[in-house]
Amino acid sequence: MEAALKWVSENQQMIYIVILMIFLGIEIIGRVPSVLHTPLMSGANAIHGVVIIGAIIVMGRAAETNYLALILGFLAVILGTLNVVGGFVVTDRMLEMFKKKK
Amino acid sequence: MQLDILTICYIAASVTFIMGLKMLSSPATARRGNLVAAAGMLVAIIGTIFLYKDENGNSLHNYSWIFAALIIGAIIGVVAAKKVKMTAMPEMVSFFNGMGGACAALISVIEFDYVFRTAEKMQTLHFADSVATGHFLAIAAGAIIGSISFAGSMVAWGKLNGSFKDVVFKAQHSLNLLVFALVIVLAFVTYFATNQYADYFFIATVTLALIYGVLFVLPIGGADMPVVISLLNSFTGVAAACGGFLYNNKAMLTGGILVGAAGTLLTILMCKAMNRSLTNVLIGSFGSKENTTSGSATTNSGSYKEISISDAAMVMRYANKVMIVPGYGLAVAQAQHTCHELEKLLEDKGVEVQYAIHPVAGRMPGHMNVLLAEADVSYDRLLELEQANDALKSTDVVLVLGANDVVNPAAKNNPASPIYGMPILDVEQAKNVIVNKRSMKPGYAGIDNDLFYQPKTSMLFGDGKKVLQELISEIKTL
Repeated sequence: MEAALKWVSENQQMIYIVILMIFLGIEIIGRVPSVLHTPLMSGANAIHGVVIIGAIIVMGRAAETNYLALILGFLAVILGTLNVVGGFVVTDRMLEMFKKKK
Repeated sequence: MQLDILTICYIAASVTFIMGLKMLSSPATARRGNLVAAAGMLVAIIGTIFLYKDENGNSLHNYSWIFAALIIGAIIGVVAAKKVKMTAMPEMVSFFNGMGGACAALISVIEFDYVFRTAEKMQTLHFADSVATGHFLAIAAGAIIGSISFAGSMVAWGKLNGSFKDVVFKAQHSLNLLVFALVIVLAFVTYFATNQYADYFFIATVTLALIYGVLFVLPIGGADMPVVISLLNSFTGVAAACGGFLYNNKAMLTGGILVGAAGTLLTILMCKAMNRSLTNVLIGSFGSKENTTSGSATTNSGSYKEISISDAAMVMRYANKVMIVPGYGLAVAQAQHTCHELEKLLEDKGVEVQYAIHPVAGRMPGHMNVLLAEADVSYDRLLELEQANDALKSTDVVLVLGANDVVNPAAKNNPASPIYGMPILDVEQAKNVIVNKRSMKPGYAGIDNDLFYQPKTSMLFGDGKKVLQELISEIKTL
């Protein structure tokens, strides 16, 4: 119990962010028309590619002799970049289609 | 000082994510929203590479590795995203989502490795003695959720491009629950195990989570894949947020949780567009073998009538108003350009042509809009469900192009049907219905369609593109 309370007080900033973001996330897309469901999904997909920051940090901290971490980190950065870059480009392509004839 | 600049980068990134998502949910600003979020991401990435300092104030190293990986990833990403066909968009999103999940899982695995080595050095007896509970929870959650998202997305990807079939077997849901419970138990065992075995337990946890991801998506029907992809998308968001907890990184946390929450709501909205509940999608195994029999309960499988190309051309040429109902068949046949040609030709001959777009026609919501937009079909010709149903009353000819379930009257009048309750396009209200399909095989949900046997309906068999081309050359001669 004490450990849990300690954890909460140590991470209170993070916990606030989590709670506020949950409400915000629900609030901002509440009125999306069904036509935009797919591009929105795709755009959100690109945004969670922010995980790449973690991959870069892991990679950059790995000791030069720790080959397991280096190889896995290398892979993680590649996959993360794929997620980010591919995600944004695909979303843009989808939305480009919508724009053209307006 | 440098660290403060990085903090500002992260704040800016978080704001662009929120704004980007907000702008993405309105047609006028959507494209800009995507670019705004992308710019924020770029700032966050560059900032991390050059300004990040760990707790001891050391900068990152291994730059050559980082840049090599960034370049490889970016090249593959751009090429894949540029080359993919419009019909394959949902698969592509699923694939990229899987990559994100895998990335999150890998981070957790590396972090575990790091913590584990420290624990070994400290020579404590139990793994738990050398790791903070919160830290371990974030590692485990990231690894588990990321793995599920990765494996699930890969199965969804495979299903959409046709390399996997639905697999349904007895007690499947009980097995899935059991596997999931086992994953959680193993994660706890890892934490309380002695240092000697903790790594084995962790590997087992991740492996089982991967298996669970596969099992979770396997039974879900292909028609429901967009919903599943959206759900897995929000999973990956949460996995990314776990990474945020690990590194006390607010940009990862905001981005991850934001997508997690928005993705969950989007999943529910998608289900609503199909008039079904999320539980129903996940557990109801829509289109599975158990349900097919009840769907065809209305034994109307009498005779259907075929129509020749020339007759169809005639009917359409001399109609006042033609409504085209596109479906996945149109996407598969890549017939959107030919379809647009037919529309222009008919318009030139004085026939009013419109498109009735069902929100879930095709393989993902909005699929048809994207497809027709690619062929330059004008936006105001596309009618949404309700407008279309009004307009159908005064329509002479409905041309159904490779759509099936979205025009199936069973959704209205057969409570036993698995799609009962889904809003459909009431094509029966029109005077004539011409249905283009490749054969009499049932549609994606695997249910029979009474529409095809009604006296108003005539069938025009053949590949969508070929049939449309023939129609065009026929109408030109009239």
